Amino acid sequence: MAAKTPTMRALTRYLLRPQVPLHPRCQHRPQIKQYSAAAPGARLNGSVEYDTVPILNHTSKSALSNPELPAEIRNGQTKRINLYTAVNEALRHALQTDERVLVFGEDIQFGGVFRCTMNLAADFGTERVFNTPLCEQGLVGFAVGAAAEGMRPVAEVQFADYVFPAFDQIHNEVAKYRYRSGSTGVNCGGLVIRMPAGSVGHGALYHTQSPEALFTHTPGLRVVIPRSPIQAKGLLLSAIRCNDPVIFMEPKILYRAAVEQVPVDAYHLPLDKAEVLKPGKDVTIISYGTPLYTCSAAITAAEKDFGCSVELIDLRTIYPWDRETVLNSVKKTGRAIVVHESMMNAGVGAEVAATIQEKAFLRLEAPVKRVAGWATHTGLMYEQFIIPDVTRVYDAIKQTIDY
Amino acid sequence: MSFRYTSRRLRIQKLLGPQSCLNGVRRTANAPLWQRCRGVASTANAEKVLFPGALNSEFTDKLEFMQPSQQNAIATFRVMNQFGEIIDKEIGVETEDEEALQIYKNMVKLSIMDLLMFEAQRQGRLSFYMVSAGEEGISIGSASALHPSDVAFCQYREAGVYLQRGFKLSDFMNQLFANAKDNGLGRNMPVHYGSKELNIHTISSTLATQIPHAAGAAYALKMQNSQNPDQQPRVAVCYFGEGAASEGDFHAALNIAATRQVPCIFICRNNGYAISTPTSDQYRGDGIASRGAGYGIATLRVDGNDIFAVRRATKHARALALTNGGQPVLIEMMAYRVGHHSTSDDSFAYRQRVEVEDWKRRDNPITRLRKWLEGRELWDDAREKELRSTTRKEVLKAFEEAEKEKKPSLRHAFEGVWEELTQEQRDHVKEMRGVIERYPREYDVEGFEGGVGGLDEILGKKEG
Repeated sequence: MAAKTPTMRALTRYLLRPQVPLHPRCQHRPQIKQYSAAAPGARLNGSVEYDTVPILNHTSKSALSNPELPAEIRNGQTKRINLYTAVNEALRHALQTDERVLVFGEDIQFGGVFRCTMNLAADFGTERVFNTPLCEQGLVGFAVGAAAEGMRPVAEVQFADYVFPAFDQIHNEVAKYRYRSGSTGVNCGGLVIRMPAGSVGHGALYHTQSPEALFTHTPGLRVVIPRSPIQAKGLLLSAIRCNDPVIFMEPKILYRAAVEQVPVDAYHLPLDKAEVLKPGKDVTIISYGTPLYTCSAAITAAEKDFGCSVELIDLRTIYPWDRETVLNSVKKTGRAIVVHESMMNAGVGAEVAATIQEKAFLRLEAPVKRVAGWATHTGLMYEQFIIPDVTRVYDAIKQTIDY
Repeated sequence: MSFRYTSRRLRIQKLLGPQSCLNGVRRTANAPLWQRCRGVASTANAEKVLFPGALNSEFTDKLEFMQPSQQNAIATFRVMNQFGEIIDKEIGVETEDEEALQIYKNMVKLSIMDLLMFEAQRQGRLSFYMVSAGEEGISIGSASALHPSDVAFCQYREAGVYLQRGFKLSDFMNQLFANAKDNGLGRNMPVHYGSKELNIHTISSTLATQIPHAAGAAYALKMQNSQNPDQQPRVAVCYFGEGAASEGDFHAALNIAATRQVPCIFICRNNGYAISTPTSDQYRGDGIASRGAGYGIATLRVDGNDIFAVRRATKHARALALTNGGQPVLIEMMAYRVGHHSTSDDSFAYRQRVEVEDWKRRDNPITRLRKWLEGRELWDDAREKELRSTTRKEVLKAFEEAEKEKKPSLRHAFEGVWEELTQEQRDHVKEMRGVIERYPREYDVEGFEGGVGGLDEILGKKEG
C-alpha cells in the first residue's frame, strides 16, 4: 500500500486514541465524551467534578481520619491513586501475603484490559497469575474447584455483561457449595469473582450492565460494589480474606476517574456495613457505586436551591446489606430515595424500599422514591436518558420533600 | 476503551525482544514450546504454516475436507473377554487375587444395595433412587486403581467410588433417608453423597458443573504438589455421563484443563442413554473419546465391563496425569445402562425390554469378573450364595437403622448458607419460629431432632 496520506494518518490516530488517557499523569485531562453526553449549557447534568467531589478523599488527612481504619494505618502514609491501581495494590498484597491466592481470567496476564492486573504475572509468575481460555463458565467453574481444594482464587470476568454464561456455576454451585456439603465442611468460600460493571458513557448493550440484583437474589453470595479507590482496596482485601464467595463489582467508569489519597499499607474494610457519607436531616439517599457521584452533585444543587439537608448513604455491600444503618437514617429523616443504575423492576431499590416500608412505616412522610434505570436496554445513543443523572436525582429530592 | 491501545503497546514490546515483555523473564523460563513460539513472524517463502493458531500445520495444495466418517472409530481397550478369559496372558491382569475378590464383593454389594433401594423407593419408603446396574465396573474398578487421597468429583451414578473408598452402608442409608446422621444434614436429594474423609466432593444435580471443578481442583493439587514435594502427589478425577458431555461445562473444563496442564483424569461413562435420549441424538462424532484430541488431551476408550481394563487404564492414566508437572487425561468407558435412569423413569417407554434383557444376559461387569474368578477357582456357587445372603442382611439392617433415625435439627435449614448466620436470616428464623408456634397443628416438628428448639439453638448461639 502507498504511504498513508496525512488525513488517513490523522484518522487512524483519532480512531486509535484511547477514550480515557492511559498514563496516570494525564488522568486529569478533561474527558471528551463521544456519545452520550450532557446538553451544552446544562446546569445540573455533567456537573460531577471528580477533582473536588466531597466523597473522595483529596487530602491525606481526610483519608486517614476514617474511623474504620486501624490505628497503624491512620498513622501511616497515603498516596494519590486511581481505582484500578487500588485494585491492583489489593491483588498484589493478597498474592504477597497468601500463597493460596490465584489471579486469573481473560487477558489478565498482560495487565488486563483495564490495567487492574498490571505487572502481577511478572512479579508472581504465570503459575499464580494467568490467562484462561475465553469461557466464563469454565473459568468460574475452575475457580470453584480450586477454592474447594483450599486455594483462594480471584477470578475476573472481563465485563459484568458477560457473567451470564457463568450464571449456573455462580447460582447453583458457588452459592450452594457450603450448604450442600453439610457437615463435611467443604466449601468454596475462598472465591472472589471480580467484574467491571456499570455505565461508561458509550458501552451500549453489553458494556454497561449492572447485574447486581440478580446476585442479591441468591442466598450464599456476598455482593460488594466499591465507590472509590480506598473502598476498592479495603473491600477487595476483605473479600479475598472472607470465607464466603464474593461477587466484587468494580464501577469501570471510576477506574481512572476516581482518584484519591489511599493508605499505602494494606487494610480491611467491613463487608456488612453501609457508610454514611454525608449526614442530613430531611431526606436519606441510599445508593452505591457510580451513582453516588451523581447523588453528591444533585445534593449540592438541591441543598442550595431548596435549603434542605440530605443524608447520603453508600450501601457498599449490596448483599447481605446493612439494614440497621439505612433504617436508622430513614427513621431520622422520614424520607428515602434509592438510586441505582440497573433497571428499576426487582432491582436493589425494590428490596431497600420494601424493607423501609416494612420497618419504618410510621416514620415515613413520603413514599420511598426509586431513581433507577428505566425498563429498557441501554441503547448506545440513549444512555444519558436511561442511566439516572444529576437532574433525575435532583428532581427526586424535590418531589420527595414537596410531598 | 483502552483495549486497542494496550494491545498495540504489547505488540511493540514483543518486537523489542523478550526482556521488555511485561512478564517476559518468567515466561521464557517456564513456558512450554507452544507459548514460546507465539508471535513468530512468517517469512515470505516459508514451507510450513507459521500462523500462530496452528504452528505444526503444513501447506497442502489438495482441497480435502477432513471427513470423520472416513476415520476408523477409536478402538476399545480390553484385557479380558466376555468369557472371563485374559487375552494377553503375558501381561496378565496386574491385580492380586485378594484384590479381585474384594472388588467382586463390592460390585455385588453395590448391585444388591441398588436392588433393595430401588424396591424401597417403589414402596414409598425413599423419595428417590438411582441404580448403577451395568456400570459397577467403571466406578469400583477406577476407584480401586486410584490413590485414596486423589480428589473425586462424581455425577450421581458412581456410588461404587464411595463404596470402594470406604463409604459405609450406614453412610449411604443415612444420606438416602436424609436423617440426623446424614453428613449432608438432610439438605440433598437421595444419592447426592459426599465425604471429606474420602476426598469425594458432594454431588450436585446440575449436570457437568463438576467437570470444570475437577480441573480447578486439579490445578490446586498441582500447586500443592509442587509446594510440598514430600507429599504423595495427587490427581483429581471427574466422572460424568456421555449426555453431560454435551453441556458447555464439558468443553469449558477440558479446554482449561489442557491449557493449564492440570493432573486431572476425566472419566466418561458412556452407557448409551441420557434418560431417554440415545447417543445418536446426543452426538454424531466417534463418542466422547474422539473429542479428546481436539483439546490436545491424551485419550483412551475402554471396555467398562472389563474390570481389569478399567483398572489398568486408570492406573496408567494416573501416572500419565502426573508426568511433566501434570496433564489431563480423558477415558471413555463404554457400558450399557441396564437399569432405568432413575426411580422416576420407566425406560421401557423408549427402549425394548428385550434389548435390556439381552445386555443383562450377554455381558456385564459382575458376571465377567465372576467367570474369571471361577476360572481361577477362587469362587463358586456356594460362596456366591453366602455372599448374597449376608450382604442382603447387612443392607437391610443399615436400612432399618437409618429409617428409625430422627430427621436432622431444623437449625440446618438455615445454617451453612454463609459461614455465619446473617441478620436477615436471624430475623427469618424468628419469624418462622413465630409461625410454627401460632399454628402448632400445621407443622410436624417432633420428627426433627430437638423439635422447634432446634431453631432456638441458632438464635441462642449468637446472642449468648
